[in-house]
Amino acid sequence: MTADPGYRKTVDRIAATGLWLAAGLVCATFGLLVADIIRYGVGELSWEYFTGVPADAGRAGGIAPVLVSTVLILMVCLGAAVPVGLAAAVFLAECARRYGPVVRGVRHSLNLLAGMPSIVIGLFGNAFFSVVLGLGFSILAGGLTLACMVLPIFVRTAEQALRAVPDDYRMQAAALGLSLRTTLVRVLLPVAMPGIAAGLILGIGRAVAETAALVFTSGYVDRMPESLFDSGRALSVHIFDLAMNVPGGDRRAYAAALVLLGVLVVSYAVVQAVSRRIAPPREHAL
Amino acid sequence: MSDRLLSFLPGGWFWIAATVILFGGGCDEPGASSMTGRLVVTGSSTVAPLAVEIARRFEARHPGVKVDVQTGGSSRGIADTRRGLADIGMVSRDLKPGERDLIAYPLARDGIAVIVHADNPVTALSHDQIVAVYRGEIDNWRQVGGPDRPITVVNKAHGRSTLELFVAYFGLDEGAIAADVVIGDNEQGIKTVAGNPGAIGYVSIGTAEFDIAHGVSIKMLPLEGIAADSAAVAGGRYPLSRTLNLVTRREPGALAREFIAFSRSKAVQDLVHQQSFVSLVE
Amino acid sequence: MSGGLLLLMVAFVVAEAVPVVRQYGLVVFFTDEGWYPAAGQFNLAPMITGTLWAGFGALLAAVPLGLASAVFCRFYAPGTVAAVYERVLEVLGGIPSVVFGFWGLVVLVPLINQWQPPGASLLAGVLVLTLMILPTVSLTALAALDALPPGYRLNAAALGLSRWTTVWRVMLPAARVGILGGVLLALARALGETMAVLMVTGNVVRHAQSLFDPVRTLTANIALEMAYALGSHRSALFVSGLLLLIVVAVLLWLAETCTGSPAGDR
Repeated sequence: MTADPGYRKTVDRIAATGLWLAAGLVCATFGLLVADIIRYGVGELSWEYFTGVPADAGRAGGIAPVLVSTVLILMVCLGAAVPVGLAAAVFLAECARRYGPVVRGVRHSLNLLAGMPSIVIGLFGNAFFSVVLGLGFSILAGGLTLACMVLPIFVRTAEQALRAVPDDYRMQAAALGLSLRTTLVRVLLPVAMPGIAAGLILGIGRAVAETAALVFTSGYVDRMPESLFDSGRALSVHIFDLAMNVPGGDRRAYAAALVLLGVLVVSYAVVQAVSRRIAPPREHAL
Repeated sequence: MSDRLLSFLPGGWFWIAATVILFGGGCDEPGASSMTGRLVVTGSSTVAPLAVEIARRFEARHPGVKVDVQTGGSSRGIADTRRGLADIGMVSRDLKPGERDLIAYPLARDGIAVIVHADNPVTALSHDQIVAVYRGEIDNWRQVGGPDRPITVVNKAHGRSTLELFVAYFGLDEGAIAADVVIGDNEQGIKTVAGNPGAIGYVSIGTAEFDIAHGVSIKMLPLEGIAADSAAVAGGRYPLSRTLNLVTRREPGALAREFIAFSRSKAVQDLVHQQSFVSLVE
Repeated sequence: MSGGLLLLMVAFVVAEAVPVVRQYGLVVFFTDEGWYPAAGQFNLAPMITGTLWAGFGALLAAVPLGLASAVFCRFYAPGTVAAVYERVLEVLGGIPSVVFGFWGLVVLVPLINQWQPPGASLLAGVLVLTLMILPTVSLTALAALDALPPGYRLNAAALGLSRWTTVWRVMLPAARVGILGGVLLALARALGETMAVLMVTGNVVRHAQSLFDPVRTLTANIALEMAYALGSHRSALFVSGLLLLIVVAVLLWLAETCTGSPAGDR
């Protein structure tokens, strides 16, 4: 019966309908959420909003310092997570044979790291970066703590991407006499770029969305940071304060959420653009 | 690989440069004070928004000074102040007997009101009724003269000053409370009650007043026949109220003293009103 | 380096957790009367079940939806629709947990309340968590599917397989390692999520008898009480964090050994 083309067609059609429905459901829920954010938040946006400082506990004024703090925290996070993550991904993907047990150990520790609840990482970040390393409440402490959270996500996706590069490439590179470093930089990484970019996007999303960990590490101060050692309020913390702590802060919370979505969309676009520039064009031949 | 890194850096450098320029170009008040230094203030998240605004005004008057306000809860404020991690602590209650090694400086007053949904026809509950509701002995609104609807009891999480004051006033044992929803911050409680016609909870009066004035669907119940509003708290008539305090270790430094004095002066009472607290200064 | 970092973290959590264990022993976490830290009672069991119900419930919903999304994007949707949908997923994945929690509190909870009070419940938590981890599942699945050699799809077409058969019997199985990785990441995120569940699950410490009962997860517990906890209470909270960590680690390890770890040879 399964060979019967009629049956196949019906199954196919059911599958297609189901998939469209599923996608529709997700889109609809997303749409509801975003519609609310836009509806309540857009009225608060203005030039002053983006360039001014908060006033009246955030119910008036602008969010410039918060934006700057958020971007700085993100920079620190990525600056720490990407190099270390790429190195780890390369190690895991390329050196499995020679260093088997070590690779397994690193992989397990990354899994463990991925499983840490964000609030525990925040507490750890506070104890280690803020107290032991003496960074106190600072953007640096916040960014580094976030890096801990982003690392496993990024490494896992990047490693998958590297593994997916067919061995042909490696063998041809070896045949051409390319050094390991050249093979890596000019062949493997560019080809794996889209996957690595996906990992980066997941990581950025995770970092920007984090709140609890940042309250303990980069803090609550809503002044324009003068250095990475200053305390700075991240956008997510600001949203939390406005929504849950400050009466009448709802609209502002929605507006800030809208801005955060904007930041996300912009950074994703940047990552995609860069990735496209580095990756070779997709082959269409077999 | 270096190409990729470089494409990230310019963005970062732009922002750092922008920051430096923005701040470097900031204006100084003529005849500004020569005080410099940094103060760290941590503690109650109820007091924090007020402290942030006071700090901002203080920094404007004394450009060389930075006041960092962090949240974390009243207990955190006390612990940090004791350990020297903070110069000043924010506490949303009076100091307990075991905390007499610190000095408290009253900042403002606030009351705690019982709230229900605005559509709830019940207009008042007696002391015993409230106790019974929170103990789970009364679990439907019709038992207290309202519609046939189950009561959703909203309680604050353990350790919060508001909870401690509430149970102390009503003589409740914390472990005997049969809560249906446990919340963390004031607004979470308000939103929970506003979204549930059968809910009952308790929050800071100032917060509730502000929200009611902005159309949130809650209303406050009178306590012992006294309506819950800031005037009653200010007049000392409302039975369940608390003082918001700044605390320091035995001898605060000069900068801290200056800030505390400023926080309690006439110059910031408009901020106190803005944050919906009751002023202590006439 | 990540190994070192991890050791540090684990050491920290363990160090903070030790005091209460030393004082009360390990069994009390399951046999005490309830969670009343002030009275020295530290039963974690209701919160453990709360965490597990919420996390797995969300996974149950998010995996089909997430995989469906990925498949939809790559195999069924016309180009522009797919591109838009992928952006939707990416943005969904970046929305902060507070926004989900906030929206859940003001939209979802009252909605559920109308159906069955109190509204703040396990169901609300599961729904919100599903929304949050769905992008993780689908974006990693997408990456995994993209990493497959183009030959697979072409060969299937040459064999005359229908679209659905290609997807169900060829592409998904081939990408299963990557997909599984995404699912595990999603589970880890769901179990570790704090702010959103804090706002919508009701936070009452008891075993849930139905989807509409309030629950408290281990993470929400830490978030709610850490600031006010001193001494044994604080220690106990770290024990719960450690427990969560171990649960997740075990799950991840199990999954990797049972299905063939990603470190498998090519």
